[in-house]
Order: sequence, then C-alpha cells, then structure tokens
Amino acid sequence: MNEVIEMQDVWKTYQNGTHALQGVSVKIDRNEFVYVVGPSGAGKSTFMKLIYREEVPTKGQISVNGFNIGKLKQRKIPYVRRNIGVIFQDFRLLPTLSAYENVAFAMEVIEAPKRQMKKRVMEVLELVGLKSKAARLPAQMSGGEQQRIAIARAIVNNPAVIIADEPTGNLDPETSWGIMQLLDEINFRGTTIVMATHNKEIVNTMRKRVIAIEHGSIVRDQQRGEYGYDF
Amino acid sequence: MTFNTFLRHLRVGFNSIFRNGWMSVASVTSIVVSLFVLGVFIILVLNVNALADKADKQVQISAYLNLNVDQKLREKVQNEISAMPEVSKVQFVSKEQGLTDFRNSMGDEGKELLEGFGKDNNPLPDKIMVEVIEPTTVPFVAQKIEALNTSHTEQPIMKVKYGKGTIETLFKVTRLVRNIGFIFVAGLAVMSMFLISNTIRVTILARRREISIMKLVGATNYFIRWPFFVEGTLIGLIGSVITVALLFVGYDRLAASIGSDFTLQMSLLPLSQLWQWGGLLIVLGVLIGMWGTTLSIRKFLKV
Ligand SMILES: Nc1ncnc2c1ncn2[C@@H]1O[C@H](COP(=O)(O)OP(=O)(O)OP(=O)(O)O)[C@@H](O)[C@H]1O
Ligand SMILES: [Mg+2]
Repeated sequence: MNEVIEMQDVWKTYQNGTHALQGVSVKIDRNEFVYVVGPSGAGKSTFMKLIYREEVPTKGQISVNGFNIGKLKQRKIPYVRRNIGVIFQDFRLLPTLSAYENVAFAMEVIEAPKRQMKKRVMEVLELVGLKSKAARLPAQMSGGEQQRIAIARAIVNNPAVIIADEPTGNLDPETSWGIMQLLDEINFRGTTIVMATHNKEIVNTMRKRVIAIEHGSIVRDQQRGEYGYDF
Repeated sequence: MTFNTFLRHLRVGFNSIFRNGWMSVASVTSIVVSLFVLGVFIILVLNVNALADKADKQVQISAYLNLNVDQKLREKVQNEISAMPEVSKVQFVSKEQGLTDFRNSMGDEGKELLEGFGKDNNPLPDKIMVEVIEPTTVPFVAQKIEALNTSHTEQPIMKVKYGKGTIETLFKVTRLVRNIGFIFVAGLAVMSMFLISNTIRVTILARRREISIMKLVGATNYFIRWPFFVEGTLIGLIGSVITVALLFVGYDRLAASIGSDFTLQMSLLPLSQLWQWGGLLIVLGVLIGMWGTTLSIRKFLKV
C-alpha cells in the first residue's frame, strides 16, 4: 500500500445544501507533491478539510495514512491529526507566544517528552532558516517569516502529509518562492504535500502533479501538469 | 498524562484565573457568599442541636397519679412504664417526698408560703418520674403513659407533664432553620455554579484560536479540557478556603467576645468540633467549581 491518501466517490453537502464535492475519487502516493487548483468556490478547501477531518464526508470513503477517517471515532481524531501537518494562508500562529513557543506548542500538545522537544524545535527552526529569530513574537516578524514558523510547527511532529491551503496567498512573489523552496525541500525529505493554490506562476514553474477541481468534481489530474486557468 | 503535562495544565489554568480578573473575583465571591451562608446555617443548626441535646438531658417526664391509686395499682403502672423500650429510668416520688422537695426548691420564701401544708394536708399528688433513652421520644412516651388510662378500669394517671414547650420549640426551630437554610443555600450554590461556568466560558472564548490550533495539531479532548477544569476547581477551592477561614475566625471572635457570659459560652460548641464541617465546605466548593466548568465545557467547547 503506497498511497497516503485515498478517496472513493466522496460527496460533501454542507448543512445549507451546498454541494461542495460531488463524487471525488483520487489516490495520492507517499512522497508526492500535489497542487489542487480550480476557480474560487470549486471545493478545494473542502477537499483539504476532508483530509484533515475538519469536515466529514456526506458519502464515500477516505483513508489517510491507513486510517479510515470516514468511520473514525471522535476520540481517535487527534491521533490521525498527528499524521497531518496543516498550513493556512493566515498562518494561525498564537500571538502571545514566541516563534520557538509556537512550534513547541505542537509538541507540548501531543505530550512529547521534554528532552526531545528542545532539540527537535531547534532542528526545524534551523530547517526553515529562523533559528536566530526563535525568541521573536509573530508580530515582530514578516509574513514570510510567520509562514515559515507555521511550516516549522506543521512538520515538527514528523507528519506523513502536509496539507497547505493557499500557503502563499498572503505573500509577495519573492517571499512565495522562498516558501515553495522550503516545501519542496520538506517534500524531498519524504513528506507528502497537498497544496491548494491560485498561483499560476508557481504551478507552471515548479512542475508537480496538478489536480483541478470545478464545481466539486475533479476535471483534470496530470503529472507535471500546468495551472490551466487565467486567474 | 505525563508530569510535565500535568504541570502545564496547572500553570495554564492558574494563569487564566488572573487573566480573567474581575470575572474570577465575581466567581470566587459568589462561592464565598453561598458557602458562608451555608456555613452560618450549619453552625447554627449544630449549636441549636447541641443546645437541644443538653436541654433534653435535663428533661424528665412527670406522670402525676390520681389520688385514688393504691400501692398495688401504682406498682403495676410503674412496671408497665419500665417495660416500655424507650424508657431508661423510672422513679416513684411520693407526695410527701414531693412536698419536701418543693419546699427545698422554694427556699426561705417558700417556707412561709407552704406553712399550712403538712402530712395530713398535702395538695400534691404522687408522681412517677420517667427518663427516656432518646430525647426525641419524650412526647411519644408521654402519650403512651397517658394512654395507660385506657387499659385500666380505674384511671391511674391524672396528668403527664414534661418540658413540652422548650423541647418542641427547639426541634421546630432546628427543622425550620435546616429547611430554609437548605433552600437558600441550594439557590446560592446554583448561582455560583453559573457564575463559574460563565468565567470558564470567557476563558474558552478567549482561547478559541488556541483551542482550534490545538485540535489541528492533534491535542486530545482531555488535554484541551484539563486547564479549564483546573481553573474552575481552583476558583471553587480558593472561594471555599476563604469562606472557611472567615467562618472560623469569626466564630472564634464571637466565642471570645461573649466569653464573659459563662452560660452562653458553655452552650457554644468548641471550634474543634467544627473542623470536619470546614472540610465539607471545601469539598463542596470544589464540587461547585467542577460542576460549573462541566456546564460550560459541554456548551461551549465542542471538542
Ligand atoms: N462551512 C460551510 N458551510 C456551507 N457552505 C460552505 C462551507 N464551506 C464552504 N462552503 C461552500 O462550499 C463551496 C466550496 O467551498 P470551498 O471553500 O471548498 O471552495 P474553494 O475552492 O476553497 O474556494 P477558494 O478558492 O475561494 O478558497 C462554496 O460554494 C462554499 O460557499
Ligand atoms: Mg479555499
């Protein structure tokens, strides 16, 4: 079994009746880097939320890293989440905690041994290139730096998959490239990455697998694909 | 849960008490008020009970016999009373003995007043003095003695007397104090619970972001809930400890200030007999804190 994520005929209808996903089937292998593209409101974020179990599918099967997460008991969810790192365009850092503390928080929460914590946090801060700014508060850092901290937090517990929903959405082009290089590096080290994006330049330059979603359905799935839209 | 995690929950819960400032003060105050009232009631009831107990010990039933009762019938009645399971002691007091006792109890003034009375001219009836094992059974035993009249052709009992007034009032007062106190305190306890639950709600709302991130990185529900429990429980604990301190210091002062009045002080229970009730109040405060937390966690923390 080489796939980290597998969806079989997944449907998602929100409470208000919106059909966000309609019969999505897809397999994503270990170590893949996948762009999820498509118009606004197509269902990209919904697709991602189903993977990290923020939402449950209305119909269909989803497995992530061997867990059948459609049938998952409520109290098992945390353990599945520990296999998944999430990154958002608004960073979602805790404003009162330093960069170091924000990353350590993710380890504290899963009750990692304290001995390992310091070593591991410094390790990932070094990887994202912010070891020297460990003591800064989020407000004292640039957007790109904050996103690097968020990435450090996402990878600190060694997840099998990283889900990134428009990670460069709030960043200027140059900073965005920095973030992309970092994600590429993380992917190279063995983490599967699923990234929703509206960034045409990135998708067309850093060629990866592209899954296009429109009206809740996958309309295109190409290896080394291109963005394919004009927005 | 590791020890470090435990310390973390303590730290986070403790810090948020201070962060919530006035909310915490209001919660602690409400606990103090309700437990204080409860404490005052408990102390009152305990003291009234002790007083009643003491009064009861002195109370005897006097069964006055009709004048026509001869020795045979009198002994029979005496035996029947002795046979009652509630009765501990039965003593016959002849009218001559009664007159002497009466004289002695009246002192010098009485001597004059009772001048004309003597062996052949005794206004007092014979009586049987009865003591019971359990003070609360006094009215019941008195009734039973009175009922002896129906089982004899010649009615032997003229009248049954006991410290009716004092005993019954005391019991009534205790019961009343207990009931009113209970309702009052239950109301106040519910109020404290809601105030605490509100404080916890504020904490939960203030930490919404933190909680959502905790969930995303895989914190268990227990991990998320613990600090709130610590906070609620600590509020309950702080409130109840303050209350117990206030009550005990106040009681001590009260006892000291009426110390000159010997009889009154005798009837106030010593502080050493109230310690376990202080413990009970603290347990109650903690429980109220936990309940308040549970309420708001169920409502506001859908983990
Ligand atoms: N919680 C929700 N409740 C109801 N409808 C929702 C909810 N979340 C999303 N939707 C709807 O579902 C559809 C898909 O939304 P989704 O957020 O997945 O789109 P998207 O592809 O991520 O869009 P964007 O590129 O703008 O981020 C939209 O019509 C949206 O309005
Ligand atoms: Mg989206």
